Amino acid sequence: MTELLDILANPAFWIATLRVATPLILGTLGVLLCERAGVLNLGIEGIMVAGAFTGWLTVYAGHGLWAGVAVAALTGAVFGLLHAWLTVGLALSQHVSGLGITLLATALSYYGYRVGFPKVNTPPTITPFAPMEWLGVPILSAQTPLTLLALLLAPLLAWALYRTPLGLAVRMVGENPQAAEGQGISVAATRTGAIVAGSALMGVAGSFLTLSAFNAFFFNMVNGRGWICVALVVFASWRPGKALLGALLFAFFDALQLRLQQSGEAWLPYQVYLMLPYLLSILALVLVARKAAYPQALMKPYRKGER
Amino acid sequence: MPAPPPAAAPDTVLRLAGITKRFGSLVANDGISLTLARGEVLALLGENGAGKSTLMSILFGHYVADAGSIEVFGRPLPPGQPRAALAAGVGMVHQHFTLADNLSVLDNVLLGSEPLWQPFSRRGAARARLLEVSRRFGLPVVPEARVGDLSVGERQRVEILKALYRGARILILDEPTAVLTPQESEALFATLGQMVAEGLSIIFISHKLGEVLRVSHRVAVLRQGRLVAEAPAEGTTQAQLAQWMVGHAVERAERRPARHVGDAVCTLDDVHTAGGRDALHGVRLLLRAGEITAIAGVSGNGQVALADVLCGVRIPTRGTAVLQGRPLPAHPQRLVAQGVARIPEDRHAVGVVGDLPVWENAVSERLGSRWFSHPWFTAGWIKRRAARQHARRVAETFDVRGGGPDVPARSLSGGNMQKLILGRALLSPDPHHPEPPRLIVAHQPTWGLDIGAVTFVQQQLVAARDEGAAVLLISDDLDEVLQLGDRVAVMHGGHLTDALPAEAWTREAIGLAMAGEGSGAGHAPGNDTP
Amino acid sequence: MRLEKRHRTSAAAYVAAPVGAVAFTLLVSALLVLWAGAPVGRTYALLAQGAFGSVFALTETLTRATPLILTGLAAAVAFRARLFNIGAEGQLYAGAIAAVAVGGMHGGTGLEWSPWVLFPLMMLAAALAGAALLLGPALMKARLGVDEVVTTLLLNFVMLLLVSALLDGPMKDPLALGWPQSVALQGDLELSRLVAGSRLHTGLLIAVGLAVLLWALLARTVPGFDIRAAGANPRAAAFAGVPVTRTVVLVALLSGGLAGLAGAVEVAGRTGYVTLDMSPGYGYSGIVIAMLAGLHPLGVVAAGIFVAGVLVGADSMSRAIGVPTYIADVIVAASLIAVLVAGLLAQYRVRWK
Repeated sequence: MTELLDILANPAFWIATLRVATPLILGTLGVLLCERAGVLNLGIEGIMVAGAFTGWLTVYAGHGLWAGVAVAALTGAVFGLLHAWLTVGLALSQHVSGLGITLLATALSYYGYRVGFPKVNTPPTITPFAPMEWLGVPILSAQTPLTLLALLLAPLLAWALYRTPLGLAVRMVGENPQAAEGQGISVAATRTGAIVAGSALMGVAGSFLTLSAFNAFFFNMVNGRGWICVALVVFASWRPGKALLGALLFAFFDALQLRLQQSGEAWLPYQVYLMLPYLLSILALVLVARKAAYPQALMKPYRKGER
Repeated sequence: MPAPPPAAAPDTVLRLAGITKRFGSLVANDGISLTLARGEVLALLGENGAGKSTLMSILFGHYVADAGSIEVFGRPLPPGQPRAALAAGVGMVHQHFTLADNLSVLDNVLLGSEPLWQPFSRRGAARARLLEVSRRFGLPVVPEARVGDLSVGERQRVEILKALYRGARILILDEPTAVLTPQESEALFATLGQMVAEGLSIIFISHKLGEVLRVSHRVAVLRQGRLVAEAPAEGTTQAQLAQWMVGHAVERAERRPARHVGDAVCTLDDVHTAGGRDALHGVRLLLRAGEITAIAGVSGNGQVALADVLCGVRIPTRGTAVLQGRPLPAHPQRLVAQGVARIPEDRHAVGVVGDLPVWENAVSERLGSRWFSHPWFTAGWIKRRAARQHARRVAETFDVRGGGPDVPARSLSGGNMQKLILGRALLSPDPHHPEPPRLIVAHQPTWGLDIGAVTFVQQQLVAARDEGAAVLLISDDLDEVLQLGDRVAVMHGGHLTDALPAEAWTREAIGLAMAGEGSGAGHAPGNDTP
Repeated sequence: MRLEKRHRTSAAAYVAAPVGAVAFTLLVSALLVLWAGAPVGRTYALLAQGAFGSVFALTETLTRATPLILTGLAAAVAFRARLFNIGAEGQLYAGAIAAVAVGGMHGGTGLEWSPWVLFPLMMLAAALAGAALLLGPALMKARLGVDEVVTTLLLNFVMLLLVSALLDGPMKDPLALGWPQSVALQGDLELSRLVAGSRLHTGLLIAVGLAVLLWALLARTVPGFDIRAAGANPRAAAFAGVPVTRTVVLVALLSGGLAGLAGAVEVAGRTGYVTLDMSPGYGYSGIVIAMLAGLHPLGVVAAGIFVAGVLVGADSMSRAIGVPTYIADVIVAASLIAVLVAGLLAQYRVRWK
C-alpha cells in the first residue's frame, strides 16, 4: 500500500501517464470521428504502424520532426481514403475492409522497413521530440509537443462536432443518412471526409511512438493499442471529452502496472501485469454495453437511390 | 372542401415535362407531365407501385430521371440534387420520417440550412426562427426535445417544419395520414389549409380516395408509371378514382359476415409485456373459431407486442395466454405445430431470410419437425426432397412467381413474397391429411401491396375463416378493419378495448378510441367479453 | 459514381472474380518487387517454384496449409453466422497448450494411458480450450451486445501472455536451454508422416476431413440452416424459430474448437512442443482465407493451399534473391481487398453518373 502511494506521489509517474496516454487520445479521437459519421474503422492498428514507420522514415531521411508528423498524417489519410472508397463508395463490409487495411498497412510497413534496412541488429535511431521546457508548468513541461496537441485536440473536436454546421452534418450522417441526404448534405462526401480526417489522426498517433515515445521503429511496436482505442470509443460514448478522460484513465492503469512490476514485489508473473490493459479494456466494454448510445447508422452501409 | 385557389389565372409554380425513369427492366415513370399552380393542392393518386413516390423522389432530387425536365417557378431545376430542390423552394415530407432519433428537434431542423464552412452555428437565432415558423403554421414543437422521445404526430410536425423552415413554397407530402388517427388527420388538413392561405402549393400523395377528394383541388392518377387521368376534385367520385387507379370498374367488395362462430381458440387474459412505448397493459382478448377479430389502431401502440406474443416471439410478464386449452407455447416452431399460422408485419426484415433461397424459406418454420428433418442423432439431417416438394406445392397453390425455388427470397416482389409467407403459414405439411390452421395471426398483411395482391390476401383470410379458423387481423387501415372484421377492438397505448361487433362501432368512436379518448369500450348490451 | 445491380450474375462471374482479383494483386505487388531492386519475372518464378515446383516444395506448402485450413474453417463458420471471430490466433495457442498439457511428457510425470485414449482426449482438450476462449466474447455479444471484434482481438494478446507465463513456469521444458518452450509431446502421440522424409503429416487429412464435415453440416442439416439464417438475418431467423442464442454458442464452439485444433495439429504434427512463435499469424491469415473462399468450407481448402503456397514460396524466394518475405503478407492482404471489390463488381455495375 505504501508502495502504491510512493508511486502516485512521484511526478515521474504522472509524466509517464501522459506519455502513455497520448497515442491513445489521438487514436481514440480518430476512431470517434469515423464512427460518429457511421463508419467503423478497424484499420487503426495498421494505420498506426504505417504512421509510425513513415514518420520515422521521413526524419531518418533528414527532414524535420514536424515534417515526419505531417507525412504520418498523410499516410493515415491515404489509407483512410482507401477505407472510405471501400465502405462508402462500394458499401462493402466495414469489418472486413478495416481488417484488410490493417493487414495491408502493416505488411507494407514491415516490407518497406526490410527493403530499406535489410540487415540490422539494432534498429537505427533518430533524434525524437524534445520535452517542452519552455512551458514552465510541472509535468506538462516534461511532455513533447504531440502530447500538448492531443490534449488540445479533444476540446477542439468537441466544439467542432457540437457547435459547427459541419459537425452537425457529420453527426447526422452517422444517425440517419437519409435525413442528411434530404437536407441537401452529401452523405458520401461527409463520411469520406470524416474517415480521412480520422485516419490522419490515427497516423499521427502512430508517429508519436517513433518520434516521441521511442526513437526507432521496430516490429510489434503498436501491440494492440489500436484495438484498445476502438474499445475506448465505446467506453466514451462517442464523446470527445469522455474519450480524453477514458484514455487518461487507461494510461493511468497501464503506467501503474508497469511501475508495480518494476517495484520488485512481483508476486505475480510479469505477464499478468502486462495482461491488465487488455483485460481492463474488455471490462470497460462490458460495463457500458447496456447503455451504449450507438450512432444509429453505425455499420449500416448506405446505398443512395437503390431500390 | 378547401378554399378554392385564386380565381385569376393562377401562375404555374411547377412544371414536370415528359419524366421517364427506369429501374432495370421496370419502367417506374413513363413520360409523365404535370403542372402545379400557386396555392393549389394537387393529389397524386395511385396504387402501390404505380410510380408516385418515384416521381416525387425525382422532383426532390433523390433520383435522376432518364428523360424529361422540371421547371420550378419558371427556372429549370438541376436534377439529382436535393440541395438544388431545397434552394428552389421545394420541400418534401417523407412517408418514413427522415429524422435522427438521438438528436434534438432543433438539430434536425437546422441541418443543412447553414453553409458547412461556417465556423459557428447560430443556434439562438435558429431557435427563434423555428418557433416563429411553428407558430405561424400552428405546429407546436419543443426545440430541445429529443426526437426519439416524441410521438408519431409530433415527429411528423418536425418533418413538416424542416421543409417550412427552409422556406419551401412547394411542399410534397408522401402518404402523411398513414400514421395518424382520424382526429390527427383533421388537424393536418387544417394545417394544409393554413399553408394554402399563405400561398404555398402542395402535392399530396395518397391512396385513400375519400381523403383525396376532401383535401385537394385537383387529382392526378398514375397507373403503372403513366399518368392516366387528371380532373378537378369537385365533381369526381371515389368510384371514378378507383376505376382510373385500377384500369377497370371496381366493385366494392361485399362484406361476408361470419356464418358459424365456434368455440374459443385462444384467450389472452390480463397480459402485460415489458416496458417501453410499445408495451401491453392488461390486454384481454378472445379469439373464436370461424370469426375474424380485427384490431384497429395507429401503429406503435402495442400492436407489435401483441403480435409477438401470439407469434411466440415474446413472453408476457404477467397474465395468461391460452391456446386450445393449454398454455400458449413461447416457441415459434411449437406454435406452428399446434396449428398457428403467422403473418408478420415486415415481410422483408422478419418474414423471410432474404439471402436464403425461396425453398428454404418455404419450410423454415417447420424445419425441426419430422416432416422435413431426421432426428437429433443424425445431426438433424434435412429431408431435402420432401422440403423442396412442399416448397413447390406452396408456390403452385399460392401463385408465387419470381424465378423458381432456388433464387434468394429477397429477389421476390412484395406481393409474391407475401404470397410465399401466406402459403408457408396456411398450407399444412401433410399432403394427405390437409389440416387448416386453427388460428391465424395476420399483422398488416396487405401493407404495401397492389390491389390484386390485397384482394388475394383478403380472400385467403376470409376463406380460412369460413373453414373454421380463428383469425386475428391487426391493421392500421381502418377501411380494411371495417370491411373484414366480424368483431372489432381498438388498441391505444398498450390497452385494448373490448371487441364489439363491427356494426356497433362508428368511425368517430373508433377514431376517438385510437386516440385514447372517448368512452372507449362502449359496453353495448349483448357484448361478448368472457 | 453509382452502383447498379446486375440482372443476372452467372456462376462463371463468381469464379472469375477471385481469380481476376488475385491476378490484379500480383500485378500490383510487382511494383513492390521493383522497389526492392529485384527482377520481377525471376522473383515470381522463384516464388512459384518454392511453392509448387518440386515434391519438397509441395510437401512444404501442404504442411503449411494444414493449420491455415483449420483457422480458415474457424473463420468461415464464424463469419457465416456474423460472429466476427478475430481471435483464432489466441485460440490456436490455447489449443496447443491444452494439447501439450494433456499429452505432454512433463519430465516423466505425464499421463500414461494408451494412445488410443490419449490422442482423442488431447484433441478434445485442444478443441475445448479454443472454444472456451471464444465462448466469452460470443456470449457477451449475444447477451450484452458487446462487439466481438474488439474482445476477441484483445484476448489474443491476453492468451499469448498467458502462454508465455506458462512456458516460464509450470509448462517449461526442463531439458531445453535458451528459448522458452513447453514440455514435449509424448512420442507416440505425434502424427505420422504422409510422405516419407518430408514434414507433411496426417494432420492434412484431418483438416480436409473437417472441411468436408463442415460443408455437410452447413448445407444439409438443421443446425447448419440455423447458423446460416441467424447470420443472414437474426430477426427473421428468430421469427422462424431458430434458437439464436443457442446457435451463437454452437458457432462459438465450432469456430473456437477448429482454431484450437489447428494448434493441436501443429504441435502433434510439426513441432512436438509449444513455443511463442509457433504461429506466424495463422489466425489472422485464416480470416483472409475464409474471405477468399467466399466462406465456403471446400473453398477454404483451395484458398488455404494458395495462401500457404505464397508464404512458403516467399520464404524460399527470399533466401535466393533477398526480397523481404513480407511480400507474402502484402500479397495476401491485397488479395483480400481485391477479392472483395471483384466480388462486388460481379454483382453490381458501376455507373459514372
